[in-house]
Amino acid sequence: MAYTVPKLKDYSPAALDNAVESLLAALDEESKTVSDEAAWKAFRDRWMARKNGILTQVNDLWLKAAPKDAKRDVGQRVNELKQRVEGIIESRLRTLQSGASASRLDSERLDITLPGIHRGIGAEHPIIKTMHEIVAVFRDLGYSVQEGPEIETDYYNFEALNFPPNHPARDMQDTLFIAHQKSKPQREQLVLRTHTSPVQIRTMEKLKPPIRIVIPGKVYRNDPPDASHSPVFHQIEGLAVDTNITFGDLKGTLDHAMKAFFGSSVKTSFRPSFFPFTEPSAELMVSCFICGGSGQRGSDPCRPCKQSGWIEILGCGMVDPNVFQFVKQNGYDSGKISGFAFGMGADRIALLKYGVDDLQVFFQNDVRFLGQFV
Amino acid sequence: MKLSPHWIRDFVDLKVDDHQLAHDLTSVGMAVEGASGSGENTVFEMEIGTNRPDAMNHYGVAREAAAIYDTALKPILPKLPAAKDGKTFPIEIEDDKGCARFTARVLKNVSIKDSPAKIIQRLGLLDQRPINNAVDATNYALWEMGKPTHVFDLDLLEGGKIIVRRARPGETLKTLDGVERKLTTQDLVVADARRPVGLAGTMGGFDTMITEKTRNILIESAWWDPVTVRKMSRRHALHTDASHRFERGADFESTILSCNRVAELILQSGGGELIGEPLDIIARHLDQAPVALRISEVRRILGGNLDAHQVVRILKRLGFELLPEPGEEQEFTVRIPSWRLDVEREIDLIEEIARLYGYDKFANTLPAFSGSVIELPDAPKDTKLRGSLLALGYNEAVSLSFISHENAEDFSAAPVIEVENPLSEEASVMRTSLVPGIIGVLAYNLNRGNDNVRLFESGNVFEAAGAGVREAKQICFGATGSAVEPSVHQPARPMSFFDLKGDIETLLNCFEHRALSYDSEVAEYFHPGRAARALLDGITVAQFGQLHPQTAAKRKLRQDVFLGELYLDRLYKHSLREIQYEPLPKYPGVERDFSCIFPDTVSFEAVRRAITGLRIAELRKLVPVEIFRGGTIPAGKYSILLRATFQSSERTLREEEVAQWSSQIVSAIEALGGTQRA
Repeated sequence: MAYTVPKLKDYSPAALDNAVESLLAALDEESKTVSDEAAWKAFRDRWMARKNGILTQVNDLWLKAAPKDAKRDVGQRVNELKQRVEGIIESRLRTLQSGASASRLDSERLDITLPGIHRGIGAEHPIIKTMHEIVAVFRDLGYSVQEGPEIETDYYNFEALNFPPNHPARDMQDTLFIAHQKSKPQREQLVLRTHTSPVQIRTMEKLKPPIRIVIPGKVYRNDPPDASHSPVFHQIEGLAVDTNITFGDLKGTLDHAMKAFFGSSVKTSFRPSFFPFTEPSAELMVSCFICGGSGQRGSDPCRPCKQSGWIEILGCGMVDPNVFQFVKQNGYDSGKISGFAFGMGADRIALLKYGVDDLQVFFQNDVRFLGQFV
Repeated sequence: MKLSPHWIRDFVDLKVDDHQLAHDLTSVGMAVEGASGSGENTVFEMEIGTNRPDAMNHYGVAREAAAIYDTALKPILPKLPAAKDGKTFPIEIEDDKGCARFTARVLKNVSIKDSPAKIIQRLGLLDQRPINNAVDATNYALWEMGKPTHVFDLDLLEGGKIIVRRARPGETLKTLDGVERKLTTQDLVVADARRPVGLAGTMGGFDTMITEKTRNILIESAWWDPVTVRKMSRRHALHTDASHRFERGADFESTILSCNRVAELILQSGGGELIGEPLDIIARHLDQAPVALRISEVRRILGGNLDAHQVVRILKRLGFELLPEPGEEQEFTVRIPSWRLDVEREIDLIEEIARLYGYDKFANTLPAFSGSVIELPDAPKDTKLRGSLLALGYNEAVSLSFISHENAEDFSAAPVIEVENPLSEEASVMRTSLVPGIIGVLAYNLNRGNDNVRLFESGNVFEAAGAGVREAKQICFGATGSAVEPSVHQPARPMSFFDLKGDIETLLNCFEHRALSYDSEVAEYFHPGRAARALLDGITVAQFGQLHPQTAAKRKLRQDVFLGELYLDRLYKHSLREIQYEPLPKYPGVERDFSCIFPDTVSFEAVRRAITGLRIAELRKLVPVEIFRGGTIPAGKYSILLRATFQSSERTLREEEVAQWSSQIVSAIEALGGTQRA
């Protein structure tokens, strides 16, 4: 039923409120029925036409008829009402123009269960990602990143790390040699670095103690590719040298780093090992982060830790005084300073962390594999 | 290395079971990596550090066990019959550098036969093949006490004497493995009066070996110089259980004991007589100097509060002697047992203390640090480029750093670095380019039905530079398939050169530069018409485009492949672009379109340069909106719609100004041979 402006018998605020409310309710009701611009024009004219529009009637019937003492109050209310009505009517037009009518919106309905359009962002390689994560742990402990060449001299790769020429310790690392080196003195002969440790020496030649460095990089061994070997792999080496660095510091630092990387619930254990460039040397085991150290996964044996509950993660030790001897002139006097070093394979850690069963998968770079690391 | 816990228990009374023993040995560095079998047949798979030849045998491990449990180690005391008088066998050591000591014993009237069951069983546990009682006796002694020995058929030694000397030019020796070896003058040999009969510390001679006919035996137990043995064993590619131990350092004091132990075992199984006392020639003594040990140094290196009593107790258990006897002393002189050639310095003793005390008993501490983190100069650039590539949808790949000679030739002119001992022919040189790696990875993916692939790799390339090597960091990225993948929402759009160029621009715009330009000077493996070189301020920093169809065909790539290469050594000479705020325009811009026809020889770049060369400050943007060839456009020409945007940051532009600039632009177009379309 179309709205008609009532005459007011009572000019009390409550009565005015009532009248305004029912007018706005009627406006709202009518506005909803306006479905196109032609209907809107009729709607607008009915309410806003100067001649006998509803607002004009309000002016006549409410304001003009109001007793003198109520005029001020009524005038104010009528002005406000005018603005609101105009606003509602204008906004109805905008809604119509924007096509937001119920029927139109309905016709524009999408099947929102269809898959989205992907722009496809790339993924960092899991080995590189692992290296970055490990480096970040040590950065937070004050370690700076250092790098060095992948083709190294015998001196940096072996001799200065206390692998003397003709020493059986050299057999520990199956070396890939660069061709045509025989005419050079042994220490200048080139090899593919077997570890990132040469950068320890290069850095100590460059920087005086105290130092804390971490060295990520590619390393090479004469290992044919298989499920757990690759001739090219990635290491992260660390070195801290200062006065009063102890074996306890080595343990504490690595215990902290392992908890930061694998989660605070892992435990660490150190056992004696041998590396020519550290003494005492140790192997760090972490409690298996796959089975939680129980050696079992449900009723199955935990393979990554061979049911032992422990996983070998890295080699480490106190820097051997013989190593400092090679950089003594740069402030590394083993009587005054001490240090620790550690090195770990990023490939193996990534393998364990992500449960990859074959190292070769990392080097095949199948995008279906890489895409899992986004 | 396989060792039997049952055999270890011959020398030390242990209360623990094998499982606990394995754990405890591992925690002092005698790693038991696994155990198999059960009862007396239990075998430990052990990993003994290369510095511990003394422990690569049962007695050595028993010694460690005795130290762990602080219990007595039983001596090895061979029971020998009284020696009969007989002819001595002179031994001459000509080379005291190579041979410090040579001990020998003579046995006569021995029968050569199979070893007793116990010896065969024990050697069998270690996968040692039984040969005969004499040879097995040496093998048994080696695995028991770690000292390699050798047995000769005495009657086959000529001239009645043994000489230790370097081989003479032209000499050969057929070793026990049946190989006839040419000797060099650096080889150290055991010789009789006429010829070499053994390669010192490595392998005996074939012609003087024990056979079933042997009656009389000479047992050799010597101390060979580690470096000499190692060089020889490498020269002849002959790594034996003996050379493995000698090159790591044998026990100088065990030559007589080992001789006697071998004699005892042979006499027990083969009868016969012991002739004369051991012949023991010492050419020189080893210098095993006592080592000074300070408790203060122990604490400085290890941390914690180990006291002198604990330190002394640990070292004594391992066979070290300390002077003075412990009291309130804080400094000691430590005498090193003859079997520990690896212990020469204070730090070596400190390691012994730490490992026997138990690594896990040291408290974890964190060191204070007064330095600060210094970033590598290029790290922010790496981060920026990698982040951009990932955001552009490229997955990161890691390929091996080796390529084939053929690939090196196809993808680079750089002189190659060859690997002396490559894993394969395909991996015989260090990569001179990342391109073969990326192509290989793209091919791998295409062969597995991954049709849309975008990958990048960041890594070093290598080239010979004089006698040295130049390593340079590069990034290579490859893409194939659709730029927009087809779906219910949109049709596919194939990847094009311009997708790649857009990516290159995104990457290069991260860096400060005055001018970024392109030309067609590209490597031969690129499509000559669909590839470009990018120059930043006149220096080549990238190459990109479609792989040459021939190159693609040769590698059986079944769809178009696009590649980009960034030369980081040159690119990184530019700093990262400093980001600076530029106020947004307050006044409206005015657009004008120019529809014109140019000969094909006029590139867009030429048009752009001519128009920007007008130096109209208010010309903010010039873009090609449409390009059209064919139809009403004559052959050899193309139609282009250019859109220029003029804008001032100070005022609203006036119609006359815009008209004037427009006519300047029209003149520039005409000067290039272009015509405006009606």
